[in-house]
Amino acid sequence: MVLLKLKFPFQKRVRLAQGLWLLSWVAMFSGAITFALGVFLKTELHRRSEVMHSMDIHIVPNLLMAVGLASVGINICAGKVCQDSLDPSRFPRWKTFLPPFFCISIFFTFLLMVAVILSYALQPSLEESLKIGLKNGISFYKDTDTPGRCFQKETIDRLQIEFLCCGNTNYRDWFEVQWISNRYLDFTSKEVKDRVRSNVDGRYLLDGVPFSCCNPASPRPCIQYSLLDNSAHYNYEYQTEELNLHNRGCRQALVSYYMGLMNTIGPGVLSVFLLQMTMLVSLRYLQTAMKPVLGQENVEIETEGYILEKGVKESLLEMKTKVMKIIRFTQVGDASAKALTTDPEAAATTSAPEKAATPPG
Amino acid sequence: MVVGKMKFTFQKRVKLAQGLWLLSWMATLGGAVTFTLGCFLKTELRRREEVMDNTDIHCVPNTLMIVGLSSMVINYFAGRICQDALDVGRFPRWKTYLKPYFGCSVFFTTLMLISVILSYIMKGSLETSLKIGLKNGIRFYKDTDTPGRCFQKQSMDHLQMEFQCCGNNDYKDWFEVQWISNRYLDFSTKEVKDRIKSNLDGRYLVDGVPFSCCNPSSPRPCIQYKITNNTAHYSYEHKTEELNIFTHGCREALVNYYMGLMNTIGAVVLSVFLIQCSVLTSVRLLQTSMEAIAGQENVEIETEGYLLEKGLKETFMEYVDPVLKLLLLNQVFPPEGKSEVGAAGTTTTTS
Repeated sequence: MVLLKLKFPFQKRVRLAQGLWLLSWVAMFSGAITFALGVFLKTELHRRSEVMHSMDIHIVPNLLMAVGLASVGINICAGKVCQDSLDPSRFPRWKTFLPPFFCISIFFTFLLMVAVILSYALQPSLEESLKIGLKNGISFYKDTDTPGRCFQKETIDRLQIEFLCCGNTNYRDWFEVQWISNRYLDFTSKEVKDRVRSNVDGRYLLDGVPFSCCNPASPRPCIQYSLLDNSAHYNYEYQTEELNLHNRGCRQALVSYYMGLMNTIGPGVLSVFLLQMTMLVSLRYLQTAMKPVLGQENVEIETEGYILEKGVKESLLEMKTKVMKIIRFTQVGDASAKALTTDPEAAATTSAPEKAATPPG
Repeated sequence: MVVGKMKFTFQKRVKLAQGLWLLSWMATLGGAVTFTLGCFLKTELRRREEVMDNTDIHCVPNTLMIVGLSSMVINYFAGRICQDALDVGRFPRWKTYLKPYFGCSVFFTTLMLISVILSYIMKGSLETSLKIGLKNGIRFYKDTDTPGRCFQKQSMDHLQMEFQCCGNNDYKDWFEVQWISNRYLDFSTKEVKDRIKSNLDGRYLVDGVPFSCCNPSSPRPCIQYKITNNTAHYSYEHKTEELNIFTHGCREALVNYYMGLMNTIGAVVLSVFLIQCSVLTSVRLLQTSMEAIAGQENVEIETEGYLLEKGLKETFMEYVDPVLKLLLLNQVFPPEGKSEVGAAGTTTTTS
C-alpha cells in the first residue's frame, strides 16, 4: 500500500527539480534567520541573567540556534541533490546517502515544532526563575560592599527604571526587606532604634522605596518615603495615588516582555517549519520518481513518485528492524571477536586430554 | 590655457567609461547613505526639540537630505552618460544637457562640503539653544498643570535619566528655581513659610534635586534633599560625595552627544564627497575626449581630454554670465522703450 502516489512525466520532474532548487535556497535563508532569532533571544535572556535563578528557559534559543544551523546544512544538501537529479549518471551516488538524510532532516524539522511548544510550556518555569531571582536582588540590594553582590543595587535600579516596574509583585515587597545598609544608619538616633526594635530580626524596615521606583509621568515630585502615612505629605492619599510610583511588579513586566518576544518569534519559526516540510516532501517525491529512470536508456519516461513504499506502520517496522540489525551486527562483531580469543584455549584443552589419552594407548 | 589636459587612446576611453559606470553606482549608493544619515540626524534632533530653543541646527540635516537626493540623481545621469559615451550615435543627444548638468553637479557637490563645515560652525548655536531650552525646562518643571508646559517635567526626567546628567550646567541649577509646585506645599507649616520669606520673589527654594538626578551606581540609597547639609545625613560629606547624583550638566552631555553624531556623519559625507568629485571629473574627461570623435568615421583615434577649456576664472564667468543676463534682461528693455516713446513724442510735436 503505497502512500500518496503521484505520476511524474519528464517535464513535471524537471519542473519539480527546478522548483525544489529555488525552494532549497529560500529554506536555507530561513534557516539562517532562525539561527539569528535564536542568537537574539539568547542575548536578551543573557542581559537579565542576574535576576534569573535558573537557566531552564535557555533551551528555547539553544534549540533555535541548533536547528537553524542544521537547517542550513540540510538545505544545501537538498539543493545539491536536486541539481544532480536530472543527470542520471550523477544521481546514483546519492542513493545510499538519502535515507539517513531524510531521517535526520525530519528529526531536526520536528525540533522546530518542539522549540515553539517549549517557548509556551516553559513560561511557568521562567516566572518561577524570575520570582526567586528578583527576591534575591531585593534582599541583596543593600549589600554594595559584599563581593559577588555589589552590583545587585545597580542592576535592580536600572531594571526598575527601564521596565517601569517596582519590586517583585508590587512596591510593597520593598517594605519587607531592609534595603538601606547599616553603614548609612545612625544607630544613636531614636527613630532607627525604634524601627530596629519593632521586629524580631532586628532589621531596619520602613514604608519607603528606592528612587528607581519613581514614575517620571507623575505630576508631583516623587514621594519615596513614608508612603503609607497620609499625614506625612501635604495633599496626599496613598490609597488613591496611582502615578507616584510604578504600579506593576518587575516579574510581571519581564514575563510580559519575554512572552512578547517569543510570540513574535513563534509565527516566524512556524513558517520556517512549513517551508522545511514542503522541501522535504518535494525531495522525497523527486528521489522516488528518479529511481525507475536509473539504468534505463530512455530518460524521458513517465514514472511514479510516492512518499512511502509501504504504509506508515510497515515503514516504521522496517526502519526498526534495520536499526536492530545494525545494533546486532556490532554485538555479533564483539561476540565473534570474543570467540576467536577463547578458541586457542579450547584447542589447548582438547589437545591435552588427547595427549593424555594416547600414551596409555 | 587648458586645465587638466590628458591624452586618451581608444582603449583608455573604453576603460574610463567602464570605470565611470561602476563609480557612478557607488556614488549613487553614497548619495542614498547621505540622505539616510540626514534623516537620522533630523529625527535625533527632533526627539530632543523640547529642550532646544530654536531650530537653527536643523539646517545641517536638511542640507544633507537635499544633497543626498540630488547626488543620487546626478550619479544616475552620470551612469547613463557613460553608457552612451562609447556609442557615437547616441552620445550627441547629451550635448545640450551637459553644460547645465555640470553647473548643477558642481553646485550640489560644493553644498555637500558646506554641510560638513556647517556641522562644526553650528556648535555654538546648538549650545546656546540648549542653554535656553534647558533653563526653561527647569523653570517649568513644576508647571504640570499648565497647558503647553505640562510635559516639561516628564521630558526633563527622561532626559536626565537617559543622558545621566543633572541640571543645565550642574545640579546646583535646581537650587535656584522652585521646582516643587505650590499645589503640594503646606503653607501652614513653619518650614514652608520660612523658606518663602527667605527670598525676594517668595519662591520655595530647597537644596534638593528631583529623583531623576539620582545615580544608580551609587552604593548608598539616593540623597535628594538637603544635599549641602552634612548633618542631615549619617556619614555624609557633600564635598567628597561623587556618586550620589549625576555630576555632569545636561547641556554638556547633549552637546557631546550631538557633536559625536556629527563627527561620524561628517567623516562619511566627506568620503562620499570625494567619490562624487571623482565621478564628475571622469564624466568631464570622457565628454571632452568624445567631442573630437563626433562626426568622424574612424572611432578609434586618439583624442585629448581636458577639464576646463579656458582658465578657472573665465570658465566661472562663462557659467555665471547667462544667469546674470537672465536677471539683467528685465532692466535693459524699459530704457530702450522709453527712448522710443520719447522719439515718437518729439516727432509728433515737430510734425
